[in-house]
Amino acid sequence: MPETLVRLDALTKRYGSSRTAGILAVDHISFEVAPGEVLGFLGPNGAGKSTTMKMVTGYLPPTSGTAHVCGLDVTRDPIGVKERVGYLPEGSPLYAEMTPLQFLRFVADVRGLKGAAAKAAIDSAVARTHLEGVLHQTIDTLSKGFKRRVGLAQAIVHTPRVLILDEPTDGLDPNQKHEVRQLIRAMAREGGEAGKAIILSTHILEEVEAVCTRAVIIAKGRIVADERPAALMARSRYHNAVSLALCPPAGTMIFDELRKIPGVREVEDHGTDQTKDGVQVRCTVIPKKGSLIAPEISHLIKARSWQVDTMRVESGRLDDVFRDLTTDKA
Amino acid sequence: MLRGATAVFRRELAGYFSTPVAYVFIVIFLILAGVFTFQIGGLYERGQADLQPFFAFHPWLYLFLVPALAMRLWAEEHKSGTIELLMTLPLSRAGAIMGKFMAAWAFAGAALALTFPVWVTVNVLGSPDNGAILAGYVGSFLMAGAVLALGSCASAGTKSQVIAFIITAVLVLGFLLAGFSPVVDFFRGWAPPSVVDAIASFSFLTRFEGMSKGVIDARDVAFFATLMGVCLAMNAIILEAKRA
Ligand SMILES: Nc1ncnc2c1ncn2[C@@H]1O[C@H](COP(=O)(O)OP(=O)(O)OP(=O)(O)O)[C@@H](O)[C@H]1O
Ligand SMILES: [Mg+2]
Repeated sequence: MPETLVRLDALTKRYGSSRTAGILAVDHISFEVAPGEVLGFLGPNGAGKSTTMKMVTGYLPPTSGTAHVCGLDVTRDPIGVKERVGYLPEGSPLYAEMTPLQFLRFVADVRGLKGAAAKAAIDSAVARTHLEGVLHQTIDTLSKGFKRRVGLAQAIVHTPRVLILDEPTDGLDPNQKHEVRQLIRAMAREGGEAGKAIILSTHILEEVEAVCTRAVIIAKGRIVADERPAALMARSRYHNAVSLALCPPAGTMIFDELRKIPGVREVEDHGTDQTKDGVQVRCTVIPKKGSLIAPEISHLIKARSWQVDTMRVESGRLDDVFRDLTTDKA
Repeated sequence: MLRGATAVFRRELAGYFSTPVAYVFIVIFLILAGVFTFQIGGLYERGQADLQPFFAFHPWLYLFLVPALAMRLWAEEHKSGTIELLMTLPLSRAGAIMGKFMAAWAFAGAALALTFPVWVTVNVLGSPDNGAILAGYVGSFLMAGAVLALGSCASAGTKSQVIAFIITAVLVLGFLLAGFSPVVDFFRGWAPPSVVDAIASFSFLTRFEGMSKGVIDARDVAFFATLMGVCLAMNAIILEAKRA
């Protein structure tokens, strides 16, 4: 059995006084994270992601349940947990009047890094987050992208084994998002069995496909899915669906023909376009659960000699699965 | 216990000196101290070589100036959300509180030390009792600490520096007026003497008066130290309560 770096045991948080019942923000959440895993923590607004992270990092006391980091119980040894965790709080709060260098020195100082060790740690965090050019500029005056990187540098300065990042790419432009994801991926790969465990929350589903090895989806404080992103995609009705753009001869009832293929559940009509080759029909053919319909479709197209502009097999749409899992839960 | 205190202390103290506010504070403090001492207090005219007029105004000076040093301590952390960052670093709450408080107190001490020209002046003009002057400085420093502890506590409860300032100033005013003769006389009119004495014993004015005249009474020192301890403990309780 591989060692686990993070373990949540029925972690629960109720905001407000117990008399007035309060808001049950996190409701008995349990899961474990092993070294090398990058866990995407997903859920709609108000699902309880940030609250969960605040409890794991020792900022908020749980109402009941607990979390362990590197074997330490956060309710018993919060400082031990804080030593081992790098945390980027939601919105990446920073001391605006300091420069990144002063700020990182402060964090290194609190984390007990002194002299040459502190300098090496700061240099490495700065290099990884590409902060060299802005080290002496007041944080207040930095762009959002640089501010976020300062927040990340602060979280990794002590090379923690556990990284908890609350919406690390939120509000960044696509290039900055890409950079941050690359950094996360690079950190996840280091060390193998002795590697890091990374938990990141996000609303961006493509991010989960791009960086995560596992996705935990919560809604109203409860886990509704915990699997690999690929498995999650397989839940989509679009998993193995075939999207087509083709120009059949006039008068062909292609939807009827497609529907006749065994294994086809339905055909989604995406309308038509006038092209130089005639009328182009666009549609997505959705399979019954577990059926593979792509071969039959290409067979049919070949047999009828339809002219195909595009044909693409879909791997599934996460936003679709996300919506299914997180809405109409009683 | 006080883990992280020195790192927080260093950060906060550097923070004071990296903003113009700190220099403005020192300049205002020195100007007011000078005006009170020489103009209103009539240091020269008294023809006595001591710092009585100088110290006599300190309590009133602290009413407005020192709360301004403390208002930022926690309110700004709440407002910007950095409290979450700070409290997820491996430090103890007591360490963070003490680090911040000591930085503010050290800064106040530096401002107080910069009044040394006043001391030089009386030494040039005559031969004062320098021991008594030192006692006055110690008393003033203790009183500044008590005001800062009240201010830190108020600052822990709000996001707004302005509110923290006002609460602190009102509290300090209360502690000053408790020993102000018109107020004491008012209470003496109807309250039993033990109550009047109890109220007066909380007064910064009476506690400081002895020291400003050169008498360091252990009870006065204990009063200020206890008040600081109580406020900083309250500070911790407020932070804990605000957490969730
Ligand atoms: N300090 C607080 N006091 C009272 N209720 C709170 C507090 N913080 C959060 N909540 C409530 O707890 C629930 C979960 O909030 P949380 O911030 O954990 O959600 P989230 O999943 O991080 O959402 P988002 O995606 O918007 O960041 C919400 O209903 C929220 O209103
Ligand atoms: Mg959140």
